[in-house]
Amino acid sequence: MPTQKTLAVTGNVLVAEAMRQCAPDVMAAYPITPQTTIVEEFAKFVANGRVHTEYVTVESEHSAMSSCVGASAAGARVMTATSSQGLALMWEELFIAAGMRLPIVMANANRALSAPINIHCDHSDIMGARDTGWIILFAENAQEAYDNTIMAVRIAEHPDVMLPVMTTLDGFITTHSIDRAEIMDDDTVKEFVGEYVPEYALLDTDHPVSHGNFAGLGGPYFEFKRSQRNAIDRSAEVIRDVADEWTAICGRPFGMVEGWGMEDAEIAIVAIGSTAGNVRAVARELRAQGVRVGVLKVRCFRPFPFADVADALAGCKAVAVLDRAESFGAEGGPLFLEVRSALYDRTERPAIVNYIYGLGGSDVKLDLLRRVYSDLSDVADGAQVPGRLVYLGAR
Amino acid sequence: MSWDISKMGDWKAEDFPRGAVIPDAGNSRDYVTGGWRSQRPCRDDAKCTQCLLCWIYCPDSAVDVEDEKVTNFNLEHCKGCGVCANQCPSDAITMVPEGCELPEVK
Ligand code: SF4
Ligand code: SF4
Repeated sequence: MPTQKTLAVTGNVLVAEAMRQCAPDVMAAYPITPQTTIVEEFAKFVANGRVHTEYVTVESEHSAMSSCVGASAAGARVMTATSSQGLALMWEELFIAAGMRLPIVMANANRALSAPINIHCDHSDIMGARDTGWIILFAENAQEAYDNTIMAVRIAEHPDVMLPVMTTLDGFITTHSIDRAEIMDDDTVKEFVGEYVPEYALLDTDHPVSHGNFAGLGGPYFEFKRSQRNAIDRSAEVIRDVADEWTAICGRPFGMVEGWGMEDAEIAIVAIGSTAGNVRAVARELRAQGVRVGVLKVRCFRPFPFADVADALAGCKAVAVLDRAESFGAEGGPLFLEVRSALYDRTERPAIVNYIYGLGGSDVKLDLLRRVYSDLSDVADGAQVPGRLVYLGAR
Repeated sequence: MSWDISKMGDWKAEDFPRGAVIPDAGNSRDYVTGGWRSQRPCRDDAKCTQCLLCWIYCPDSAVDVEDEKVTNFNLEHCKGCGVCANQCPSDAITMVPEGCELPEVK
């Protein structure tokens, strides 16, 4: 019988609890703000015997992900966590983990990248990793970060998928703020994630295999990339199935995209991560005044739910996409590029504006979001879009 | 188990083992690495004392030995690095450029 307990807890502590409940065989991790308290809490669980994980204290994130790759190839269930410069330092191993089809689960505390040095929230780090082949889930709050972590294990290890999964939560906003959240009992999570039975394990000496092989010089490298593409495409259905199963147990719904007021919205904001909550607060205000506004939160960034996004937005008159990351020199931020691409095949398309906001943790005040909806109302009434790309609130 | 790769040239993306795994052991001898050799070792039997140092030093296990005697170089795997010729205490091995008139390999 699943039993849940309500806690007042930070996102990081809850992610550490989720990891403990999933009981990885190996964790190799290096501390970095604002992720540190995840691995710190987890180290405490190991020291206190609450989880029997081989905890490897490495000298850098490059080594952290390298160790994770080795342990996963050996046949272990592997988890880790990082942030910002740490994720950037893992860059080459991220591709290796995905290419070797290793179901590693990693939490990322979304944080700006240097320079200038900044330790606060934006999505520059995670968006930089968007083409590494990892499945990428976003959380709005501590609760979603917890649920995503547990689901990630099942998604990654699913035989139709076998890909690494990154579960991300916004640095400080979600990692360090105390939030109300529910935690499932250990046994239910244990049963839900099950035991990982690897197909190709280096430590299974009765079935010897070699990992990390060469496929160049006219070899089948191209075919391996194609099968990786097939796997991440297949993962969309697996993500939905796993989420349905978890929802049946915990009662919290999960959508690749989650809409608020989208049924009859004329203007809508697309957001990702913690800001979706702020946008909803403003949308509620405007709805009370009779404005037909909507919010579309994207919870799964890779694979990107193109059809869901297009279905939700096609009927709107004007849409704003909020990006907490740059793609310098591109038409807009990473989320904007995906959303606009999703709408291309529709004959009915809304006007669409890109807002870059909150870089380096710059405050996302509700007034800024009110301004976005007010711009959208003007655009819906036939005004010019306020610019190809707007730096929301920047001086 | 013996992994049959004879039809690999026709395999589609999903026919390959996931993640470029080789699901079998002891098959590195099927991977011919001698193709990029630019010179090959040539052993003079009259000078050779059968000390087997070349067999020990060869990084590719390409020195064939039978009954504790060097018989041959395995040219499917010898990369022509010349380590054997350098190590041989009796100067019994000469590196001969590929693509020239070659003495028979003993
Ligand atoms: S040339 Fe190099 S690879 Fe060839 S037999 Fe000598 S040591 Fe081995
Ligand atoms: S190292 Fe020289 S002498 Fe010794 S076995 Fe090899 S070829 Fe003969």
